[in-house]
Amino acid sequence: MTGLSFKHSLRWKISWLFVLSALLCLLIADIGIRSFDPWSELGRLLNGLLQPSLSGLDDIGMAVLQTLAFALLGVGLGSACGFLVALIFHWRWIRVLCALLRAVHELFWALIFLQIFGLHPLTGLLALAIPYTATFAKVYAEILEEGDHQAFDALSRQTGWLSAFFYARLPDLWQHFKTYTAYRMECGLRSSAVLGFIGLPTLGYSLSTAFMEGHYNQVWALLILFYVLIATLKYWLRPSLLPVYLIAAPFVISNDQTITFDNVSRFFTQDIIPSPLLKGELWAGLWQWFSELFLTQALPGIINTLVLSQIALVATGILSLLLFPVISKQFYGRLGCGIGHVFLVVLRSTPEYILAFILLLLWGPSMLPAIVALALHNAGIIGHLVGRFSNGLSLRQDAATGMDRYNYEIVPRVYGQFLAFLFYRWEVIIRETAILGILGIATLGFYIDSAIQEIRFDRAMVLIVITALLNIVVDSLSRYIRSRLQLNGAIEIT
Amino acid sequence: MLRLENAEVRYQTGVALQQINLSLHKGEKLAFIGRSGSGKSTLLRLIYEHLPNNTALVPQDEGLVANLSVFHNVYMGRLSQHPAWYNLLNLLQPFPKRVSEIEAILQRLQLSEKCFVPVAQLSGGQRQRTAIARSLYQGGELLLADEPVSAVDERQARQIFNELSQHFTTMVVALHDTALALEYCDRIIGLDAGRIVLDSRSDSVTEAELAALYVDQPHSQANR
Repeated sequence: MTGLSFKHSLRWKISWLFVLSALLCLLIADIGIRSFDPWSELGRLLNGLLQPSLSGLDDIGMAVLQTLAFALLGVGLGSACGFLVALIFHWRWIRVLCALLRAVHELFWALIFLQIFGLHPLTGLLALAIPYTATFAKVYAEILEEGDHQAFDALSRQTGWLSAFFYARLPDLWQHFKTYTAYRMECGLRSSAVLGFIGLPTLGYSLSTAFMEGHYNQVWALLILFYVLIATLKYWLRPSLLPVYLIAAPFVISNDQTITFDNVSRFFTQDIIPSPLLKGELWAGLWQWFSELFLTQALPGIINTLVLSQIALVATGILSLLLFPVISKQFYGRLGCGIGHVFLVVLRSTPEYILAFILLLLWGPSMLPAIVALALHNAGIIGHLVGRFSNGLSLRQDAATGMDRYNYEIVPRVYGQFLAFLFYRWEVIIRETAILGILGIATLGFYIDSAIQEIRFDRAMVLIVITALLNIVVDSLSRYIRSRLQLNGAIEIT
Repeated sequence: MLRLENAEVRYQTGVALQQINLSLHKGEKLAFIGRSGSGKSTLLRLIYEHLPNNTALVPQDEGLVANLSVFHNVYMGRLSQHPAWYNLLNLLQPFPKRVSEIEAILQRLQLSEKCFVPVAQLSGGQRQRTAIARSLYQGGELLLADEPVSAVDERQARQIFNELSQHFTTMVVALHDTALALEYCDRIIGLDAGRIVLDSRSDSVTEAELAALYVDQPHSQANR
């Protein structure tokens, strides 16, 4: 290492590598505006903001309750199971299994369970609980691993495992578990609302109906209601009230649908068995079936997913760097940061699926709505985290101001954290990119959704597994880059 | 230059400085002496608040950006003299003219071979010298330095003080090392528990007066 000539850091080079790859992707991406008159539609949408109204919406109270109940039960079940799994997370096959379960988006789970259970509440419950269990297991295991072992090691060897855990481990770790679980509850609310888009009776259902019918004043009323729910989370989600909620929630989500055993067994014995096998054609037929599926659907789906997510990732990064100062006290006073906070909360509380849905209706089908939706939502999250991190910095009394402060004092100090957050988010962006295919953009989700529409579940299952594998590959690539750049100590933000 | 009368600084946790009467004239070199927690750093901050223009600062925690190179950290002393776009370009690719200016300063502090090394990879003494280099590059008529040589050896400390006193006509330095204070400063200010307890020319201050500053006095605990 010599300090005699100026060399850019590895972080700088990697950053540019990503920016250049995103520019290349832009060349082949389809990012036109297709709709006939996008701006007047946008005008009508914004006009609806001036007079939001819930009139004409039936059963809105029920939709809110359903959203809450699904989120509470799904996250609750997920955290309980996740905790138990965390205790055996050091088993290799458990780690692999969790990675696979986590890599399948809750909407795909919901599409699968819709086929098995129909609109029975179990569909929504399992769709949330399964991926959340896998995520909770991983994060809880990390918390357990990083916690202080000293008190535990100092205990008498005869101490039972259970009492040792409750005395020597849990008291120190309790706050971490609580903070993370509360954060996931916010994600759970978003997921639960989005499940409405595929037919469950949550807020997403009312939202998509209001949208299709062009009732923009209702759209805004529903969105504002949703923001208020999330913003007031810490007031109504109290530990003392949890038992009441958990007892009431099953009654809220129950309906008169029944599970028929025929459906369940048909799903496992016929629906998901590759069709050549059902017809009795053996390996040759199966191989032909698979290679055709792979070349005509999976491969274009993978390419589109990678292209779109790469652009979205870099756009998220750039937007986060531009946005984080709005909540940073290094740049703005109390009032400015307050306004910035509200802005970022709105950005990150709007699920990317809903944003993409809105933009698609306005601009027509192309990758553009998906890119903008992913960038806005994720930049809301990362901007918030980086801004909060920057508030912990203490600058010299004579530190520069304005642009110089941003360029010299703040960005160099937060850049490592920023990259860590962004690379953590990469896997989430890939997963969401795949899911946005359901809206008609030709990513993997598009082919999965089409296969389900055509009642070809064997194909859908193969595509879902491919999507999950893609996710796992990107996740390990992200982990490799993070370790190469020595980005550690980032908060888990999946 | 500056006259403080009965100045006081309060933090939420208590009083940090009280009944401060201090005048500072152009050309003077002041040393603040006292145990840690006696209010030296707070008094330096107070002076900076009164005289923020044309003042170079060497804070105790150095105030360096760990991910930037020594060159960029030193350059930060003159950010305000260039437009933001120029500074941004210099951040992306250093201008040769600025590099030669800064290398000249680094040379005098035996730091030139570290010019483009990120500060995160430096030792404590090298970091301290980087902060000194920044203040030298910034220039101005007043230097406020808080323990600027605590991490370097005695020979280097003297070299640094020679450089600083050549560059700055007026200096206020918080120091642990009383020998250095007597050698390079012409006025000694002793602080204890947030009050000035000694204000004397360095050629007339006695060993006993200096020693008294470091003796544990019961009242100083109660006042803190």
